[in-house]
Amino acid sequence: MSNKVALTGHEILANAMRQINPDVVAAYPITPQTELVQLFSQFVADGKVDTDFVTVESEHSAMSATVGASAGGARAMTATAANGLGLMWEVVYIAASTRLPIVMPVVNRALSGPINIHCDHSDSMGARDSGWIQLYAEDAQEAYDNALQAIRIGEHEDVRLPVMVNMDGFIISHAVENAELLADKDVKEFIGDYNPDHSLLDPENQITVGPVDLQDFYFEHKRQQIDAMENAKDVIADVAQEYKEMTGRGVEYFEEYKLDDAEIGILALGSTAGTAKVAVDQLREQGVKAGLLKLRVFRPFPSEELVEALKHLDVLAVMDRAETFSTTGGPVFADVRSAFYDAKSDVEVVNYVYGLGGRDTRVEDVVSVYEDLQEITASGKVDNRVNYLGVRE
Amino acid sequence: MTAKKDAQKPGWKDVPEGGLILESGNATEYKTGGWRTHRPELDKDQCINCHRCWVYCPDSAIVSEDEEVTGFDHDYCKGCGICAHECPVDAISMIKEEPSTEE
Repeated sequence: MSNKVALTGHEILANAMRQINPDVVAAYPITPQTELVQLFSQFVADGKVDTDFVTVESEHSAMSATVGASAGGARAMTATAANGLGLMWEVVYIAASTRLPIVMPVVNRALSGPINIHCDHSDSMGARDSGWIQLYAEDAQEAYDNALQAIRIGEHEDVRLPVMVNMDGFIISHAVENAELLADKDVKEFIGDYNPDHSLLDPENQITVGPVDLQDFYFEHKRQQIDAMENAKDVIADVAQEYKEMTGRGVEYFEEYKLDDAEIGILALGSTAGTAKVAVDQLREQGVKAGLLKLRVFRPFPSEELVEALKHLDVLAVMDRAETFSTTGGPVFADVRSAFYDAKSDVEVVNYVYGLGGRDTRVEDVVSVYEDLQEITASGKVDNRVNYLGVRE
Repeated sequence: MTAKKDAQKPGWKDVPEGGLILESGNATEYKTGGWRTHRPELDKDQCINCHRCWVYCPDSAIVSEDEEVTGFDHDYCKGCGICAHECPVDAISMIKEEPSTEE
């Protein structure tokens, strides 16, 4: 039984959190995440959940309290955005390295400065090396689906890692969409109970959490985290499969949109993938063999699967809503190109950095990228490996 | 290349996940006397058994038996010299550790 609703992304995600009914949520408000936690706090006030809601004085404390709760054996969640994630920084690493399956919606927003409250992916991409699993959503429905699956993925005994559930700030979070919510009991059944191996609050089996870990063992613990990420790949696929059987929705690592016979393609994540689908449809009507790969899972990075899905293309454009200031392109581009290098593929891969600080990316902008790709195919020449889409010259 | 000393330690598949310590009260197994460059030496003839060294020692490395100070627990004494400094009758002196005495 599912329920069709027309709600904002925040309302939809707050309902996911209500259905998950975490033991503890600790959070501090930050634009554009504020409304999500505010809506959830209303569920707490109305007795719709059993959650202990911890109001803290900063995001650093929000993540610290969430880590403490999770180490105590609780199913713990928080949510953040941009500078809030920046302030959580050191504890974000501690959550991952302590192997705590915290689930955290990140309502993606430009990480200052100059100060900007609108969407880009510089916040979550900045945390890409922290050891968190990262899922990205095209719309509110996918953010909802990802949030429920994130609980299962993170808590899996072979994984035990925290999961960021990313959704584009304002674009997804504040716009009203149609979505299907599962019945409360179906969510309860799907996510099951959380049974941690260890709890700080178990007096019969006393443990120490977060001890000093120097030259002797630190490297071994990092190696374990890598192993958990490798395991996460299979778990993500299995959970997605199970979710799809239940709902008819969902993909494992990415969605392939009109990619089978495509000659030129775009790889995008987040809400821009939806814009790109409209661009692909328009171009297909004109007989252009354009396709799209929408990336859902950025960490762990599905390297081999990506190459397999894209290797028949002539040219691929990777869309990055974040900069690395390496002067060699965005974060997703670096990983995709590295994957292609191993495959000894002759697909030309180019990069488009776009939409920084909420700069609108319209269908015609995406079409212009496909036009560039057609030119590259025709000339066999790449003039600019890294391009800045929509910046004023 | 892994150093010989490190090779005897457990590998990444064998250490507890997340750096957890799964057993309480095991700090006693972690011997810290190896940090020492100076060790205390007790002159029993001068010692008045006031136990001031026992009170001041930051790591309970002063051994007291039947209300008498009998020596030091060298597995944990880090050679800080506080005992020697606080001794009112100068019964404790700090002498340099030689490599041969480390065993």
